[in-house]
Amino acid sequence: MRMYWSVFKLRLYNGMQYRSAALAGVVTQFFWGFITIMVFEAFYSQALSQPPMSLPELTSYIWLKQAFLVLVMLWIRDNELSELITSGNIAYELCRPSGLYNFWYAKLLAQRLSGALLRCSPILIVSFFLPYPYRLTLPSGSIAFLLFILSLLLGLLLVTAISMLIYISVFATLSPSGSFLMFAVLGEFLSGMIVPIPLLPEWLQNIIYTLPFHFTADFPFRIYSGHIPAHEAMTGIVMQVVWLGVLLALGKWLMSRALRNVVVQGG
Amino acid sequence: MITVNGLHKAFRVAKRSSGLGQAVKALFHREYKVVEALKDISFSIEPGEIVGYIGPNGAGKSTTIKVMSGILVPDSGTCSIMGYTPWEQRVSYVKHIGVVFGQRSQLWWDVPVIDSFELLRDIYNVSEQEYRSNLSLLTETLELQELLGIPVRQLSLGQRMRCEIAASLLHSPSVLFLDEPTIGLDAVSKIAVRRFIQTINAERGVTVILTTHDMSDIEALASRIILIGKGRLLHDGSLQGLRSQFGTRKTITADYRTCHRPLVIPGASMLSWSPERAQFSIDTGETVVSEVLAVLSSQVELVDVTIDAQPIDDMIVQLYKEYQLS
Repeated sequence: MRMYWSVFKLRLYNGMQYRSAALAGVVTQFFWGFITIMVFEAFYSQALSQPPMSLPELTSYIWLKQAFLVLVMLWIRDNELSELITSGNIAYELCRPSGLYNFWYAKLLAQRLSGALLRCSPILIVSFFLPYPYRLTLPSGSIAFLLFILSLLLGLLLVTAISMLIYISVFATLSPSGSFLMFAVLGEFLSGMIVPIPLLPEWLQNIIYTLPFHFTADFPFRIYSGHIPAHEAMTGIVMQVVWLGVLLALGKWLMSRALRNVVVQGG
Repeated sequence: MITVNGLHKAFRVAKRSSGLGQAVKALFHREYKVVEALKDISFSIEPGEIVGYIGPNGAGKSTTIKVMSGILVPDSGTCSIMGYTPWEQRVSYVKHIGVVFGQRSQLWWDVPVIDSFELLRDIYNVSEQEYRSNLSLLTETLELQELLGIPVRQLSLGQRMRCEIAASLLHSPSVLFLDEPTIGLDAVSKIAVRRFIQTINAERGVTVILTTHDMSDIEALASRIILIGKGRLLHDGSLQGLRSQFGTRKTITADYRTCHRPLVIPGASMLSWSPERAQFSIDTGETVVSEVLAVLSSQVELVDVTIDAQPIDDMIVQLYKEYQLS
């Protein structure tokens, strides 16, 4: 346990070193958030029927997405890990008295948290004081807020488990950018990071709800605004835990298979 | 302590000839070549030994080290190190070994060295007391005091290598694998690293297995060498044994007063000649040095004579030739 904590700590310090990156990130996220809300506002003003999400719900959704981007975005990529695999430095990781899966999981988790810690608060604070329709509303209730925190954290664990699968695929493809491109574009769409899932056509929603991706972003953000009521949120959280278990088990199994075949070449 | 028996490992390497036609063909049908990296390697090593593991490039040295450190799974054969089979009980086994891969890095690039050390302390679950005493021994013998606070990316190669070696010893391993630890180091750093290896071997009784291409490393450190080539074990024994078997050649360099007649010495082959100096190579098994000198002094007026044993590097080249490795 001490080991994971230590990896986590070092990553956190490491991530907090990059202050200008965080600042640039905050500015970009504000900009992008405004544009998205403006686009949706334009669509909403011309809507012929009642949209499935109200505009304040949608605004909260977008600001939360922007604030916790690093936490839940699938394409957040740790070059160090893919470099370890392609360069062969993984040799050292295999000489450590720990399972590689847990070790890397801790690294990825820490990377996301350290990134989010610096970025989320400026966005959340400022967006609370913006005028309508850009204002981030308060959570729909204290229970909703607690459920939101819980589901966001589970979403974080889930997205890390999914990204572990991407890293494991690098063992086979040796090309991190290829692996990421494939997974990330699809994953981003399926988790509702581009368009909130309730706004998609129904047949597509039905497919998406059978996949784990929407539990990482769409689900917690909608709990916050009350779009998903508390009792539905409970069942969703149970599903999150189930998916997490499945993906962790799958990742560990694939990793142990990949490691049996790993060949560190040269030197 | 270490017993390796009948180790085999083959790799499948995709191959194709150059050219577009071949490249297109390889899209549909890929040909593989099986390269046997290890063929029936067996040896055993006692606690406290320093063993030099040598061989030409591509001989299988690193493959053996990787198998012994639990990274690679061999195709067949057994390996028992302190009662563990490295690739089967990897997690519990690696606590007892330290590994340095000279061409790779285990330190975190962006943070000061000491942060990496503390992370390793926690990864290996080393007690604070043990960590302190190991760190102070390591900083003292490897002269690390000034390096600990510097981010790894700002270290020179020699400085980094010293830190890498220290990093693999923080958990007091009983076996240390060094894969080309002196690669790219200058003379001063090489000597520091060698002295350090001797120190931990003598004081802590650490068993050291060392691969290198630098024969002076071997001469300075290893009492025993294991020579492999093309995946086969060729020689296992002392350096002296290897010398008496192959190192019977001596080089004689003679300086003399100007003489324009070429010299003819029976039983010696001439390496170089000039009107003032000549170099001969003789095999002491066939020719006696004093006879060569007698013939020499009868033909020219000698000013100076030096007799050198064959450098170990040449011996290795000869050995490779003998086994048709190069």
